[in-house]
Formats: sequence, C-alpha cells, structure tokens
Amino acid sequence: MSTRSLFAPKVDIPRGASLALGTGSVAVLIGFWCLLTYGGFTPPDFLAAPDRVLAAGIKRIGDLSLFRHIGSSLTVILSGFLLASIPAVPLGILMGSFRAVQAAIEPITGFMRYIPVSALIPLLILWIGIGIEQKIMVIFLGTFFQQLILISDVSARVSKDLIDCAYTLGASRRQVVQRILFPACMPGVLDNLRVTMGWAWTYLVVAELVAADSGLGYMILNAMRGLFTDVILLGVFTIGVLGLITDFLFKLLRQRLLSWSADL
Amino acid sequence: MSLLALDHITVRFQPKGKPEVTALDDVSLRVAHDTFAVIVGPSGCGKSTLLRLVAGLETPTSGSMTLDGQPIAGPSADRGMVFQSYTLFPWLSVRENVMFGPKLKGLAKAECEDIADDLIRAVGLSGFERSFPKELSGGMRQRVALARALANDPRILLMDEPFGALDSQTRQLMQELLLEVWQARRKTVLFITHDIDEAIILGDSVHVMTARPGRIKRSMSIDIPRPRNLDALTSTEFMQFKREILHLMHDEAVLAART
Repeated sequence: MSTRSLFAPKVDIPRGASLALGTGSVAVLIGFWCLLTYGGFTPPDFLAAPDRVLAAGIKRIGDLSLFRHIGSSLTVILSGFLLASIPAVPLGILMGSFRAVQAAIEPITGFMRYIPVSALIPLLILWIGIGIEQKIMVIFLGTFFQQLILISDVSARVSKDLIDCAYTLGASRRQVVQRILFPACMPGVLDNLRVTMGWAWTYLVVAELVAADSGLGYMILNAMRGLFTDVILLGVFTIGVLGLITDFLFKLLRQRLLSWSADL
Repeated sequence: MSLLALDHITVRFQPKGKPEVTALDDVSLRVAHDTFAVIVGPSGCGKSTLLRLVAGLETPTSGSMTLDGQPIAGPSADRGMVFQSYTLFPWLSVRENVMFGPKLKGLAKAECEDIADDLIRAVGLSGFERSFPKELSGGMRQRVALARALANDPRILLMDEPFGALDSQTRQLMQELLLEVWQARRKTVLFITHDIDEAIILGDSVHVMTARPGRIKRSMSIDIPRPRNLDALTSTEFMQFKREILHLMHDEAVLAART
C-alpha cells in the first residue's frame, strides 16, 4: 500500500490507518499524563494520576453519587435544550423563508447572539431565583438564539425550485410550508440540534456555578475547594463521555429517520 | 382555436441599484391543442421567464394569457412543469413523488398508486417505485419528474430545459422517451431549450427568441414527418431548419456582442 494517500488532501485513507492514528493520538495524550504524574513532575493537588481518577470514579459509582450528579445535570440540560428547541425549530424555519418573520425577529436574535450567557446570570437570579429554573434558563438562553439563527439559515437554503414545483403540482401555500419546507429542512435541523446540544454541555458548568447542590458542574466546582484534582478530572471525563453519547444518539437518529438525505 | 394564447406579454423588472430590465417585450404566442411547441433561444433571452409566466409562478407587467379561454392567474395543477434542476422531493420515494399531485387532489390512495405505477411504467422505471431520489441517476430523476407532472393529467405540460444537465447520450434517449409518452398520451407541450437540434427533433412548431429585450423573432412549423428517426436528423429538411435557426441566433449573438 502506498503512503501517498496520507499526504494528499481530501483523499480517503485505509480504515486501519485511520484507526491507528486515532488510538495513537489518544495514547500519546494518556502517556504524557502518566509521565507527568507518575514521573513526579506534578504534585497530586495540581494533576491527579490516572489511577486516582479511576479510584475516585469507582468510589462514586459504588455509592451512586456519580449517577445522582449525572441525573441532575441531564435534567437541567435536557429541559433547557427541549425548551429551546421546541419553539426554535418552527420559528427558525419560518424566519428563514418568510421575510416578515425575519424582519420581526432578526434584530432581537442578532443582538442576543453576542451576549454571553454568564452576563445574564445575575438578572436570572434576581428574576427567577437560584433553583433549577435558573439553571435551565441558562441552557435555554445559551442555545435558543443560536438555534434560531442556524435553523433559519437551513430554511433559507431550501431550493426555490422545490417550492415552485410543488405549486405547479397544485399545492397551496399552506401545503407548501407543511409538505415541502418543513421536511426539506429536517436534515439541516437535526445537524444543528446536534451542534447546539454540544454547546448546551459547555454551558452546564456555568449553569451550576451558582447555588447548586448537585450536578457534574457542582461536583467539579466543589472539588476545586479541596484541590481534589482527581474528582475534577472525573467530572470532566464524565461530561466528555456524556457529550459523546448524545452526539452519537443524534447521529443514529439522523441515519434512522432521514436515510433519504444524501449528505451525511 | 389554440389551447394557449399569449398576447402582447411584457415583463419589466427593476434590479436593485441598476437600470430597469425588459425581460420580455411584446411577446405573442399561440400553441394549438395536442401539439408540441418549442421555444429556442440563447441564454438570457427570457425564455424561462416566459415559461414561468405560463406556469403562473410570475406575473407579466402587461399583456394577457389564457389557457382554453380562461385567464391564467397563479399556479395550478392543470399546468404541470418539469424543471431543469432536479426537483424530486428527496424524502419521498419514486412512487410517492409521482403520487404527490393526485394525493393533493384528494384521490383515494389506491387510485393514486394506480396512476403512479402506470406512469412509472410509461417512463421505463418499473421496479424503482420504492427507490429514493438519491439512488437515481440524473436521467432517471428527470423521468420521474416527467411522470410526476403527468400524474395530474395537466392540460399543458411545461418543460424548462429538462434535459439540459444530462450527457448527450442520455439526452437523446430522453427525447425519444418524451416523444413516445407524448404520442401515447396526446398532450400539449411547451418546451424550452437552447439546443437547436433538440428543438427541431421535438417540435411541431419552433419559436426562435432573441435576447435583450426578449422577443419572438420567428415562428416556424417543422413539417418533418414523425417518428423522426436517425435518418431524419441528417435529412436536408432538418439541415435547412437548422441553418435557418442558426443564422437567426447568430445574428443575435453578434448584435449582443456589439452592445
């Protein structure tokens, strides 16, 4: 086998090579971690060794506290994400294809998308307190406006010919929206939900910054006080793994529901 | 009486920050029942605009359009259209695509399926009823698009360079298929192309358009007997028509290049 394909842009490489490169880079990272910790280059309260993190994980799986934190974080993320997605999908689709909706909503989304969610936390606390509602609102605000903009882009890119074609087949405006515009948007919508789900995970720690008593973000922040870097890393890894799982589920959903779609 | 009548159609529009454009200037056109009319012209001559007007997707600045004496206002299932771009609905199977129009009309499902399967057979795609558009080649997609437009049993079939994106072999097969279907089902067709050979092979009448502003420069009836087989393509009649249209279009190209 020639090695030329490895160095040519946009050329497929053998599956074995791809697998080797993937595991290789992870192995190098873990190796470096081992070297730093077991080699005595970093003290444990700066960077915990892999076995310490594993032990912290086993202990918290054993007393179920890790699952309590995961459950609490998932509740916040999923609630905020659903609360954002359910209105953002139809509104975004209409915004991308109806100039009137676009004119009405665009100034607000254009402004809101640049405001960091963390800047709104003090107001959120004043308005809705420090309960779970506040945390859900952080996820909501972090995803809703981005979703609107991304989905409206998807809708704007739907081919005009597809819509004109439906008209010449006898469809009314309402039928064109229901039977052409919405289904045509679905692959793009699902792709962008997948992307914004990733962002929702990144807002989690911000959401649990204030007055939380459970959740992965809380676990991480709480561990910081005692310099328990093993627990911090455990929290970070858990979020990473959960993120990967949700990403995979979205991919699966896309393949199952939208197998007709050409691009993936 | 002719089925389609366009009288003194003018279309002007105003692009942002640019001078007004006259896309069509005083165009009049007659298409008789059950005939195959072809409009041939260079790109940018407004021939697509003309077809979109008949489809009801655009409205003229002035002039009148009637189909069977009824004024044309807005799109309708009695004017089916096949587009140059691939417009099959990708989330529907071949059969569901063809059934789209009949279903909107509220026909029973079994009846829609019968109509669809009959047309799918007519365009030579039996066995592909359950396939999705992404699995089909360009030529096959346009055959489904033709079947879908015919499923509504439209009074006129509008075709906007439907074979423009296909390679020349596929294009030739598609022309033969279209003529076959047209002869079997007796439809009135208004077909647009910039390919002169295609215009002469297909048309009962050919209307040559000129660019900027779009006008119909000459209309001619093509009296080459059908079926027009390969011998007809090299006949002297065919060559005469071709020479005439070439000259008309060349004069125009020269004019356009000067301005």
